[in-house]
Amino acid sequence: MRYHDPWYDALASGWGELDGAGVPAPEVPAARREHEGRALRAADVYLEVQRSAAFQEVRSRYLRFVVPAVAVFFAWYVAYVVAATTAPGLMARPVAGAVNVGMVAGLGQFVTTFLLTWAYARHARLRRDRAALELRWDTQELTRGVRGGVS
Amino acid sequence: MTGNHQTLALLLFSGFVAVTLGITTWVSRNRHGSAEEFYAGGRLFSPMENGFAIAGDYMSAASFLGVTGLIALYGYDGMLYVVGFFVAWLVVLLLVAELVRNCGRFTLADVVAARMSERPVRIAAGTSSVTVSVLYLVAQMVGAGSLVSLLLGGTSPAARAWTVIGVGALMVIYVSLGGMRATTWIQIVKAVLLLSTTVALTVLVLLRFHGNIDQLLLSAADRSGHGLAFLAPGLKYGGDWTARFDFISLGLALVLGTAGLPHILSRFYTVPTARAARRSVIWSIGLVGGFYLMTIVLGFAAAAIVGPDAVRKSNAAGNTAVPLLALDLGGANSTGGTVLFAIVAAVAFATILAVVAGITLASSASVAHDLYASLRRPRAKPYSEVAVARTAAVGIGVVAIALGLLARDLNVAFLVGLAFAVAASANLPVLLYSLFWRGFTTRGAVWAVYGGLIPALALVLLSPVVSGSPDSLFPGVDFQFFPLQNPGLVSIPLGFLAGWLGTVTSPEVPDEAKHAETEVRALTGAGAV
Repeated sequence: MRYHDPWYDALASGWGELDGAGVPAPEVPAARREHEGRALRAADVYLEVQRSAAFQEVRSRYLRFVVPAVAVFFAWYVAYVVAATTAPGLMARPVAGAVNVGMVAGLGQFVTTFLLTWAYARHARLRRDRAALELRWDTQELTRGVRGGVS
Repeated sequence: MTGNHQTLALLLFSGFVAVTLGITTWVSRNRHGSAEEFYAGGRLFSPMENGFAIAGDYMSAASFLGVTGLIALYGYDGMLYVVGFFVAWLVVLLLVAELVRNCGRFTLADVVAARMSERPVRIAAGTSSVTVSVLYLVAQMVGAGSLVSLLLGGTSPAARAWTVIGVGALMVIYVSLGGMRATTWIQIVKAVLLLSTTVALTVLVLLRFHGNIDQLLLSAADRSGHGLAFLAPGLKYGGDWTARFDFISLGLALVLGTAGLPHILSRFYTVPTARAARRSVIWSIGLVGGFYLMTIVLGFAAAAIVGPDAVRKSNAAGNTAVPLLALDLGGANSTGGTVLFAIVAAVAFATILAVVAGITLASSASVAHDLYASLRRPRAKPYSEVAVARTAAVGIGVVAIALGLLARDLNVAFLVGLAFAVAASANLPVLLYSLFWRGFTTRGAVWAVYGGLIPALALVLLSPVVSGSPDSLFPGVDFQFFPLQNPGLVSIPLGFLAGWLGTVTSPEVPDEAKHAETEVRALTGAGAV
């Protein structure tokens, strides 16, 4: 039978994901095929999935985006706070009219936050969602197979 | 403040209370009383609905009244708060929202306990969640008390006390009768009201200055008496190095605390999938970002139109800047001004009420789902978890009312900053370690929670907030030892350090299979409820 899954409904659209330019990332191999015909204990299912190439790929796609992104925005934020408290002279330097470096930096924090949000949403939608969904079903199929029941 | 303001504000606020009570009854009409329903609203909210509700939970009176007041009084230094409150959402979006939705059921402790020995971890995470929630609640209660005495003119202690008691009683009714579903709808209504009011005020400000932001900033600088220094950092936090470190400490607490706030974490469970949780956070980033950009405009407008002196005269902490601005924008001494003022006052009350309900729900979930479930004697007759949660909501309401009455002279923004610092020290390290560190153990988890929680609270007790300065809680005595008001700079690293230390010293071998399960579930959503 088919299961209703809201992920399928949601794949088409979304706020902040309005660009249609992106192409879904190449398929990753399914985890299930690698184990077919092998008997597994329930606790081993997750270990097996974790070691599968499909999962390793999803995890590294996630970490490769998130780790540099967090490092960059956190460093940028700390630099902003430290500069505002220790170098008020620099922040007071005028840029245009009443707007000074501090104002530009503060608004820059808003801009980078919005941009990173957009980039993350796009990355997750194009490079992670489909593969994660396949893995989810494969994992649940495997778990169900181990329990020996239908659901 | 004339009688007209008060009557109209009271009428509008009564309207909000009536509508929300209506929602509560309507929602609880055909409830089933299951835990799923009570804590997570059945998990069937759409990302947009949940995004509005998250924004509603986050935009508290501290943002609407407190931050605009700080900008009106100190110019640029008030803006630093706004940036911290907002950038914090990236931590939530990138590291927390989806993974927490996939791994947990109702609370923060669910995520951690999945990998660890359950009892000690649940007790630790439950305790810290309740502590953070109570601190945040007290801040909102104190805000409600000050707001009412400012708006209703009289500063009589009795009026304040009754307001605090009234707010507490209403929140207990919302939460214990309506659960998460009613609370979410109340947040949505409140977020829409607050955002439309803010948009209307911003439009009026821009019309007044003919859309010329430069002129707005220049008149604010002119009116402030500080000249262009008003538009640069340093007026509030530029003094000695203690003040500067205090601000860095606060900045750290703001950006890392949001991801550890129990009432924000519990919101991710009200949507069906991790993808929906991500889209709720994207919605709320859009809403919260727009809101904070507008509060910056409103803060500088209050400085330009009302003037810092008039603001300070009405309330030393600046909390009345926006109501005063509304009075002037509508036309002073005219019907327009009266109406706008009353609307702003009523919306501020509604904000406090809704935020308070959200926090009470999250903390009653921690009490029932984490503490009660772990601490009750095994032989005792098991009460249903939801019944315990309803009772806990009443208990937390009573505690918050009592503390709110005791702490009524403390600064609201400070209390919120403290809640953020405790959340960042006690909740964030354990959450990140259990999601991302393969070798994390039970002892590490317990140490991470207590190693952040205890220093954070102890440093506050020893800080000038409690004793040793004219503005302290107990000005008569002096056991001040720690110079900073916000403990974040010290206690957040201590939380991370304690978690690491507990893990490397523990004899327990981390369970490979359980880590695999957490990781697979977190990233794929397999087995998520």
